[in-house]
Amino acid sequence: MSTRTALSLQNGVVTLQEKVNDVLRLARQLGASQAEANASFGTGFSVNVRLREVETLRHQRDQGLSVTVWLGHRKGSASTSDLRPEAIEESVRKACALARYGAEDPASGLADADRLARNIPELSLYHPWAIDPAAAIELATTCEAAALDVDPRVTNSEGASVSTSESLRVYGNSHGFLGSYPESDHSISCSVVAAQDGAMETDYEYAVARDAADLPSPAEIGAEAGRRTVARLGGTKLETCNAPVLFPARVARGLIGHLLGAISGGALYRKSSFLVDALGKPVFASRVTIDEKPHLLKALASAPFDDEGVATTERRLVDAGVLGGYLLGSYYARKLGMQSTGNSGGAHNLVVHSTGETFADLLKTMDRGLVIADLMGSGVNPVTGDYSRGASGFWVENGKIQYPVTEITIAGNLKDMFEGILGIGSDVDRRGAVLTGSILLEQMSIGGS
Amino acid sequence: MNAVVTPESSLARVRSQVLDAAGIADHDLERALAALMRGTVDNADLYFQVSRQESWTLEDGIVKEGAHSIEQGVGVRAMSGEKTGFAYSDELVVPALLQASAAASAIVRQGQQGRVQAWQPRSGHRLYAPIDPLPTLTDDDKVALLQRIDSEVRALDPRVKQVVASLAAAHEVILVCASDGAMAADVRPLVRFNISVIVEQGDKREQGYAGGGGRFGYEYFTPEKVLEYGREAVRQAVVNLDAVPAPSGEMVVVLGPGWPGVLLHEAIGHGLEGDFNRKGTSAFTGRIGERVASDLCTVVDDGTLPNRRGSLNVDDEGTPTRNTVLIENGILRGYLQDKMNARLMGTDSTGNGRRQSFAHTPMPRMTNTYMLAGPHHPDEIIASVKKGVYARNFGGGQVDITSGKFVFSATEAYRIENGKLGAPIRDATLVGDGPTVLNRVSMVGNDLALDTGIGVCGKEGQSVPVGVGQPTLRIDGLTIGGTGGDE
Repeated sequence: MSTRTALSLQNGVVTLQEKVNDVLRLARQLGASQAEANASFGTGFSVNVRLREVETLRHQRDQGLSVTVWLGHRKGSASTSDLRPEAIEESVRKACALARYGAEDPASGLADADRLARNIPELSLYHPWAIDPAAAIELATTCEAAALDVDPRVTNSEGASVSTSESLRVYGNSHGFLGSYPESDHSISCSVVAAQDGAMETDYEYAVARDAADLPSPAEIGAEAGRRTVARLGGTKLETCNAPVLFPARVARGLIGHLLGAISGGALYRKSSFLVDALGKPVFASRVTIDEKPHLLKALASAPFDDEGVATTERRLVDAGVLGGYLLGSYYARKLGMQSTGNSGGAHNLVVHSTGETFADLLKTMDRGLVIADLMGSGVNPVTGDYSRGASGFWVENGKIQYPVTEITIAGNLKDMFEGILGIGSDVDRRGAVLTGSILLEQMSIGGS
Repeated sequence: MNAVVTPESSLARVRSQVLDAAGIADHDLERALAALMRGTVDNADLYFQVSRQESWTLEDGIVKEGAHSIEQGVGVRAMSGEKTGFAYSDELVVPALLQASAAASAIVRQGQQGRVQAWQPRSGHRLYAPIDPLPTLTDDDKVALLQRIDSEVRALDPRVKQVVASLAAAHEVILVCASDGAMAADVRPLVRFNISVIVEQGDKREQGYAGGGGRFGYEYFTPEKVLEYGREAVRQAVVNLDAVPAPSGEMVVVLGPGWPGVLLHEAIGHGLEGDFNRKGTSAFTGRIGERVASDLCTVVDDGTLPNRRGSLNVDDEGTPTRNTVLIENGILRGYLQDKMNARLMGTDSTGNGRRQSFAHTPMPRMTNTYMLAGPHHPDEIIASVKKGVYARNFGGGQVDITSGKFVFSATEAYRIENGKLGAPIRDATLVGDGPTVLNRVSMVGNDLALDTGIGVCGKEGQSVPVGVGQPTLRIDGLTIGGTGGDE
């Protein structure tokens, strides 16, 4: 019988901690002055139901180990999905060999020992879902049926999916840090097609949560997918114009997302950001305040420590429009003469304060303009902030949605767009690392016929 | 020197490298496939993959990091009608293979064991040498190459303030065996060089980017080749220092040759993938034989171009790749198929069944998608435009398959005024409608070029390397999204 290591989340912590410790020990033996290792294990499945029949059942099971070593300030990294001892040893040796070719870089190394998380708060991120594929298929079937039944113009489907996954991550480094926490993610999604006058449109709705008990009912999700899709039928092009633009919460998340890239250490250090030297300066309208809250219970981007073991902390990132901090890991923090902000690996729950209006209030304030349904393409220049993307949505007159529009572009510069924020809705979308309501912008260029 | 390797000996070599090393024998493969072929399962396959990748990155004039990764595993799939059961394991051992097979076959109710056909080794193409590209340059030489280009690029123009350059290689070995008797292996080298620069002039900053690669060793990156990329990155960044806001609205647009072929990938290619057409969710569904482009347009997807990034000897289902005509003189001719969608649509796989890795299921995907050359000289095309935009280089694109609407983003573009190139314009997105845009192609250049080997295509969360290409094209109306006002 083979000595295969059957990992599970239950026995996984000890096994993965042992592997991390083995890596750190071996790195030291091979002459590394510093080392860190990440081991992870994940498992789950997803089902897709299309036109009321099961289409796919996918089982997922991932494992991986990565190691970084420093010889002085020279760095080398390696990773492997093969966790047998011989493969792990080969990876550590490879990382050491690569480090010999690296150049001496004084900023390179582990996070400073005094910044590492001392205790690991329980953030309620792990809620396994006791569901089997048969039950998941039933939920997906209910979800898709609700979408198909919403309107006779819903004629086809990409299907409804239900997925569940659990994962465990162990991080350790040669400062003596060893931390781990389990996580779960569950989701239900649905995408359908509606047709009218020979033209087809598609749209989708989804929900994702740490705890399946927090998911809305599959029928609600399906019905919303159906309604969204039908609403897009009959879209026309707009005349080219300048007008206010309302980003509904789910699209507004991406707008704030452009801030994240622009204030990350690497972009700032390389000066490939439109917000170079913006610290302490106004970058948003004064009505905008944004907090980073890494310890929100059950939130999707919560984490007790970052990718380097640095403790995450709550802070005000934007205060009345003024940028109060960057997103830094140790390396670029040193390069910029600053301190790590616990953001190696990204931002942890950016909470954009609402200015109190509902979505309907924002429509009224806008009076005449464009509501975005969907944005396409990657037309954002991170260096200059120039923004130009394909869009579809709805035209608004007298504070009310009039008709769908399609095949148009919206353009502006992110600096002007951030400064032109007129209101942030109370309809917060919590399905990602940015938690925001709908955002109304004063004006953008709309390209049409 | 290239050794002459027959497909059979390549298959034997891969079998020993992947299966013997893991202690997996022929009868284990047969057991796994038999476990998958239960009840109403029509087809099942096993996909073994062992890959090694490395990357070297230079910033601030020094090589900051070398990284190395090993990925290996087996993906198993059972298909019954439109149903797919899939599982994978990143442990290449017999018990994991059998466990995954049992999980994947749970898509169908228990039933009798099905039949597995005797394996017939498929001989794929020999489009690239079955080499491991990682050791084709010594580690010292990789570092030296990056350091040399850094100093050369900085010497090109004093406005260059930052250079990030990287060198990467992958050695991927795959083996597919399927219940229909297909058995094939492929050794897939892939190398890539990228460079991005930041230039500064006064308080203006711009970025420029260039790169390339393909299925060969690092020897492709001669000092001249790498310097060519460096010059291109600097040229693009410097051009954009003087860029003015792009116009807004519908205009005549001339697209340059090569990478702007991303237009075809988005506007046409995705909409012709078999899965969307089988499901009836593509704007091109049911339109074979109809006119979807002007008669100047012939578009193909060709997985058989030697050494290209998007080429494969066999696809990820063991089917040899082909040159498939998608549009012929403006008439829609064909779809891109994998085995499952071909079976459900009553046709044959076109060798476009691709997957990101063993942990993903195959789908119909593009390889190298391009438009054939036409009769016009590129200068003649620009001279024909009274007022419009010339887009020479692009970032990425995206398409909504169902509505047919697509976008792609110009990173280097110019105004055209009275048949002459004018001022460069800022980043602008172009938006159009896939099934109608090529009807507006009124001139096609004689300067067909393929991209330099940088394409990555994403679909349903899976990335695969692809190629695109086209000659210079004139399109008589495409919506451009700038801030420079209505024209």
